[in-house]
Amino acid sequence: MSELLNNLLFLPESASTFAERVDLLHHFVVGTTMVMSAGVGLAALFMFFRYRRRLPAQATEYVVPTLKTEFLFVSVPLVFFLAWFGIGFRDFTWVTTPPKDAMDVYVMGKQWMWKFSYPEGPNGVNVMHVPANRPVRLLITSRDVLHSFYVPAFRIKMDALPGRYTQIWFEATKPGTYQVLCTEYCGLSHSKMLAEVVVLPEEEYEDWIKEQRRGRLQDRQDALADTSLVPPVARMVEQGQILAGTQGCLKCHSVDGSAHIGPTFLGMYDRVEKLDDGQDIRVDEAYITQSMMDPGAHLVAGYQNVMPTYQGKLQGPETAAIVEYIKSLRTPNVREGASEGPAYDPIQ
Amino acid sequence: MTPSSSLDTAGAAPHDEHHDHHPSYLVDGTTIKSWLLTVDHKRIGLMFLFWVLLFFLVGGIFALLIRVELLTPGPTIMDAMTYNRTFTLHGLVMIFLFMIPAIPAVFGNFMLPLMLGAKDVAFPRLNLASLYIYLAGAVLALWGMLNGGLDTGWTFYTPYSTHTTTTVAPVLFGAFIIGFSSIATGINFIVTCHTMRAPGITWFKMPLFVWAIYATSCIQVLATPVIGLLLVLVTVENLFSFGMFDPARGGDPVLFQHLFWFYSHPAVYIMVLPAFGVMSEIVSTYSRKNLFGYRAVAYSSLGIAFVGFFAWGHHMFVSGQSTFDAGVFGVLTMLVGVFTAIKVFNWVGTVYKGAVDFKTPFAYFCGFLFFTVFGGMTGIALGTVSLDVAWHDTYFVVAHFHFIMVGATIMAFLAALHYWFPKMFGRTYHEGWGLVSAALIILGFNATFIPQFLLGNNGMPRRYYDYPERFQALNVASTAGATLLAFGFIIIAMYLAYALVYGKAAGKNPWRSKGYEWVSESPPPTHNFVGPQPTFPEEPHFYVDPKKAEVPDAV
Ligand code: HEM
Ligand SMILES: [Cu+2]
Repeated sequence: MSELLNNLLFLPESASTFAERVDLLHHFVVGTTMVMSAGVGLAALFMFFRYRRRLPAQATEYVVPTLKTEFLFVSVPLVFFLAWFGIGFRDFTWVTTPPKDAMDVYVMGKQWMWKFSYPEGPNGVNVMHVPANRPVRLLITSRDVLHSFYVPAFRIKMDALPGRYTQIWFEATKPGTYQVLCTEYCGLSHSKMLAEVVVLPEEEYEDWIKEQRRGRLQDRQDALADTSLVPPVARMVEQGQILAGTQGCLKCHSVDGSAHIGPTFLGMYDRVEKLDDGQDIRVDEAYITQSMMDPGAHLVAGYQNVMPTYQGKLQGPETAAIVEYIKSLRTPNVREGASEGPAYDPIQ
Repeated sequence: MTPSSSLDTAGAAPHDEHHDHHPSYLVDGTTIKSWLLTVDHKRIGLMFLFWVLLFFLVGGIFALLIRVELLTPGPTIMDAMTYNRTFTLHGLVMIFLFMIPAIPAVFGNFMLPLMLGAKDVAFPRLNLASLYIYLAGAVLALWGMLNGGLDTGWTFYTPYSTHTTTTVAPVLFGAFIIGFSSIATGINFIVTCHTMRAPGITWFKMPLFVWAIYATSCIQVLATPVIGLLLVLVTVENLFSFGMFDPARGGDPVLFQHLFWFYSHPAVYIMVLPAFGVMSEIVSTYSRKNLFGYRAVAYSSLGIAFVGFFAWGHHMFVSGQSTFDAGVFGVLTMLVGVFTAIKVFNWVGTVYKGAVDFKTPFAYFCGFLFFTVFGGMTGIALGTVSLDVAWHDTYFVVAHFHFIMVGATIMAFLAALHYWFPKMFGRTYHEGWGLVSAALIILGFNATFIPQFLLGNNGMPRRYYDYPERFQALNVASTAGATLLAFGFIIIAMYLAYALVYGKAAGKNPWRSKGYEWVSESPPPTHNFVGPQPTFPEEPHFYVDPKKAEVPDAV
């Protein structure tokens, strides 16, 4: 039934848990719309015929609706509209609040390509590999103008903004290759800004990751190492650590927990900081990025506003790498249960 | 539009003895200067009609170019940059030069004083000024688009619009100037409604078209300054590298979107509310019925105008705004939908126990009903946040706004043109051609945009010069529909031009309408009424008592 409707309405294959929710609501909305409009339309047609003019200057009765009629006119649509909205909003909240055990992929839009980087290692341009049946959180940003990351088969879309992170998540349900399109006009080759999501079965994904790491290791002339015994090479983390040194972050921030000119990086991610204006803020990707770009925006209580801005000095991937580095300096989450675990707060 | 001498004799009904002393506004002064410097609201309305139609033609030609380009994937008739400029030009011209002024500046100008029993609008000179301000802005904007060409889309999203090398500044400045015209017209109408109503016309006896124009004017006056300010900020940023909206200089690109949609969302009601007003008049006249729920229709115009200001965020569900904002804007969007639903039900209710005469304007009413219901319902669907995540910025959205705002406005514009043609020119057109072309237009419109809904479902993003193979069939269907639509417009242009010169004399009130505007002659004399100011003892849209139901000067 749903399959038939999907074909009738030209919906693409539905390949994520969110897509299933969207399609269900879509069919409900389209269905009620059709029924309601057919009702109005048929009533109108009937009356055009039934009350056609017989005399040129025919007089008519003075008919006005009762209060009850007008009340029905308002309340019936309102009930339907709010019902749709309620379901839609629940699903929207769901898709913008990734589960805590989601795997992260950084996505960066750039005129006119998509770049993907994985905290565990590999980088890619225009092809993103993800495992099936595992939640994936996308941390999306842009290098230049606005873009929007859109995967029709997953029914997800999120704008990419320069200088900021946005997030959305999905859980692919079927291995396969799905198209990524850019839906925010971004200049000359906007319609060429295509990419692919390759969804692999869990084991193949693990193999793929290992393959990528092996490539890395070979780069380092370390071909003899048995990759299965080597701990994951945290490429972004590694890069972030180097950057934190060369960019001077570590002159003011310690990584061992001791307070210095600035707050320590150790355990910073996900910590709730007290700000000097009395507010609390949870340290997430957005906050860390903002602190690099506009350090004075939210001062942590007890520190001077002395940090220089890194706006223009750090590029998107470098920012992401430093964020990943800071994220790596925390006591890891103890993961319990399956993917429906506690959710991330919406990114600020 | 130049008044020919044949118009002079045929323009007035034969039995009109006042005619010799009070020539119709069309022939009261025939020099070029008497037109260009006129302060007569009817002549100004007519000149607006001329320009608005010209810009509609320009926008329409660009629409067809877009459709032909999209006939096949990859380049068809132009390169990518030309395409990007073409859809920008199409959107800008259609929105700022056609849709916003179309009904208020043409029919509002012409009919509002007549419907209020007034001799003119409150500020006739300001009215003329608003025409020239509009033209000045249009010339500047078009000049900019043709010299250098803008490729941002009509939404000018930053930071693209502050980085692009194309000429943004003159176009934005042109649009800024046009805004003043919009504000001036709005103020003029508001003051006219407040101060110039003839004895007997209380607020709740104003015709519904007047109510709609009144609500529209309120939006225009309140919202237009915001876009004016925004356009200036973007121009300054583009020319002098300010950092308001550019993250590379510490600015915020999303701030631009908030300011932009704070105007542009209400702006869709600037385009569609007057259309609702026209349809209220038409459904009442052709079914010879008082409006079912007059007050509900009047209040819902105000309701839409009010709530319309608080729904702008539904353009930004995936812009990174907070989940809470998305919820608030989603609910407010639903309220706009409910106000529109009240109108639809009351229009259909008006036919109940009426006496329907299926003339050309009524055919457009049917098309309008269809576009409004489906355009409105797809709007509600887009307000359903999770669905919008999938549809945002795809062709579904393109189809939706063409249905509700373009479809409804075009239907109303054509309906108004046919309905008031006898009033404005004193002549009638060929009814048969009227119905044929209406059918063609409604069909063509559906054939153009229904495939675009499906394209959006299928995932085709908007503003795409090139597209993956699988989208082609639906694109071909859409282009075929656009061709049909173009034929419909050509036919209308032909028989209306013919009617203008050779049409039969219409007489004072060919539709036997009880609308107040039919009380004066067709075409009306310069100061609208001969003799003392008329009074209006009955409510408008009142067809009840058999004795009173006979229209005074029925032909
Ligand atoms: C023959 C009739 C028309 C056709 C075939 C047509 C076609 C199109 C197409 C294909 C687009 C999408 C361009 C894109 O985003 O890739 C578009 C955009 C648009 N159209 Fe039309 N259109 C027609 C009539 C109109 C009319 C009458 C109006 C307004 C009165 C209008 C207003 C707009 C606007 C505002 C846009 C958005 C422009 C943008 O995205 O920057 N169109 N039209
Ligand atoms: Cu893009």
